[in-house]
Amino acid sequence: MKKQPKAVSLISGGLDSMLATKLILDQGVHVEGINFFTGFCVEGHTHAIRQKDKDKKKRNNALWVAEQLGIKLHIIDVVEPYKEVLINPKHGYGAHLNPCLDCKVFMVRQAYEWIHKHDFDFIITGEVVGQRPMSQRKQIMPVVARESGAETLLVRPLSAKNLPVTKPEAEGWIDREKLHGISGRTRKPQIALAQQYGIDDFAQPAGGCCFLTDRSYSKKLGDLWGHRGHKDYELDDIMLLKVGRHLRPKANFKMIIGREEGENNFMEGYKREFTHMKTVSHAGPLALVDGTLEAGDAQLAARILARFSQGKEEKRVDVVLHHKDTAAEGKVISVEPMREQDVSKDWYV
Amino acid sequence: MKEIDARRLLCPMPVIRLQEAACQMPPGEEIKMICTDPGVMSDIPAWCKVHGHRVVQAEETHGEYHLVVRLQ
Repeated sequence: MKKQPKAVSLISGGLDSMLATKLILDQGVHVEGINFFTGFCVEGHTHAIRQKDKDKKKRNNALWVAEQLGIKLHIIDVVEPYKEVLINPKHGYGAHLNPCLDCKVFMVRQAYEWIHKHDFDFIITGEVVGQRPMSQRKQIMPVVARESGAETLLVRPLSAKNLPVTKPEAEGWIDREKLHGISGRTRKPQIALAQQYGIDDFAQPAGGCCFLTDRSYSKKLGDLWGHRGHKDYELDDIMLLKVGRHLRPKANFKMIIGREEGENNFMEGYKREFTHMKTVSHAGPLALVDGTLEAGDAQLAARILARFSQGKEEKRVDVVLHHKDTAAEGKVISVEPMREQDVSKDWYV
Repeated sequence: MKEIDARRLLCPMPVIRLQEAACQMPPGEEIKMICTDPGVMSDIPAWCKVHGHRVVQAEETHGEYHLVVRLQ
């Protein structure tokens, strides 16, 4: 009996990878999903942290897609190996710090290694020719196949008819005629296909599924790299860029000031690693200090923090300062809250 | 029962920790997850469903989410 072919599908949680997988499942192929966690994935982290978002519906879209398709989903932690992709992207960055082409090559390469390890036959992605300006241009799609090592084992079911024949098509594992020839930025063909399949609930992230495509987030990451003098980072660094107001009043330190209770609670977990401060005479946010406070800086930081407390219009506000790596009780500083007009817009990262 | 402390981890990290542990354990064993991200209340059951495992307990206690998963 002919062996049932096996494919792994890169599931982002969006519509395209869902449809691409469905097209291959319908051809009798055994498909399992794979989803990579880089640390930059937009998976409701800000919703999970912020109190005001507590009632918003939370779901991991990739898992939800797998449930709808009835396939297994393997979520792979690639935080460490992804650093090299982000720090030294061979093909450079997009509009912000998004290394989209290198990212796609990386993920397909990871999937290629996975199919060898798990005895699968080929890889599916939801890529569409011309859909995205950087990583899905027609002339770029062979680059992904080549540089990932996947070569002809990489199938893009939504755009297959616009691309050269792959091994699974040539070998008869799948029927090319049942694949599609979608191209361009319009979403109409995918929406029509979704309707055909009865799919009416799917994620449509406006800025893609990665924080690195977000201007504000990329600016914070660029600031972090610039002031540390190197691009290396830890998972906690990039998580904290998703939280709070970031103000850099001086080159030697940055303050991360919680915007609401949920963020303050989340930041509480970082108190051991950071010098931190909180208003004690009035209700107010927690602030983490990234960097080193030099002479006079504690006073400056306390005045800024007091500005964001309920004592902002008072003459004096007490702020307790805890230096990291010291078990001693914090030092209380009494300060005059900074006036609104004195909090420079240039300090906001 | 194996216990995994996934406090402070945001989704999908708790799911990844569960998945890593499940790969090393035989069917019938149970894993207790202790988490703080409320997203686990939907993500862990979803992961269990697609992999054929069962959530036998899921409760919120003092801002923590405790789930017990039985491997099938």
